[in-house]
Amino acid sequence: MSRNVGIVIVSHSADVARGTALMVEQMVGREVPLGWCGGDPGGGLGTSVEAIMRAIEQAWSESGVAILVDLGGAETNSEMAIEMLPEERRDRVVVCNAPVVEGAVMAATEAASGATLEAVRRTAEELTPV
Amino acid sequence: MRGASGMNKLRASVLMRHEVGLHARPSVKLTKLAKAFASRIDLGLSPDGPWVDAKSIVKVMATKAPKDSTIYFRAEGTDAKAALEALVTLVDGDFQDGR
Repeated sequence: MSRNVGIVIVSHSADVARGTALMVEQMVGREVPLGWCGGDPGGGLGTSVEAIMRAIEQAWSESGVAILVDLGGAETNSEMAIEMLPEERRDRVVVCNAPVVEGAVMAATEAASGATLEAVRRTAEELTPV
Repeated sequence: MRGASGMNKLRASVLMRHEVGLHARPSVKLTKLAKAFASRIDLGLSPDGPWVDAKSIVKVMATKAPKDSTIYFRAEGTDAKAALEALVTLVDGDFQDGR
């Protein structure tokens, strides 16, 4: 069986990212590869392209990786991180348009069943308020 | 707990006594279990629906079923009977073990 889609959590706050990852682990389980990052190297709020790339590496799955982000820079830095990935991986990483905490739990629940990257993204984005 | 079959769909229902109702964690467990079966499985809060896909975490969580709700399932497929038994056992057992 191929590996489940991985989930990456990117927040401006390391605490939010870590807490969200804990929620995913405790609510959904450990069968979904998980990576997270948050905060700048100085301990303040922020996101970094390098840290996002490490988180993608940590959560890497041949089935792909879905990234959940919080605000502005988290999204643009995630897109930049995707662009810097090796070419053969770029098409298998998506940023979901969904709230970070809820989206991560929903996406991981979908991923745990062996769903495709597109199905995982769709599930997370189903949450987006209309 | 009761079970009855009508048309091609099997049906079952179970009283949910879980303290917080069908909130985040119970919803995740229920959805994960439903996804383990090939059958199409619907969930409703009344015997006539409306029905939601029991394999959709977003829809299951959105039902916000409170404590003491009766959960109705209907399933169609080769493993429908096993699926309903497993789901009823999960809810009846207070979501203790969803794996």
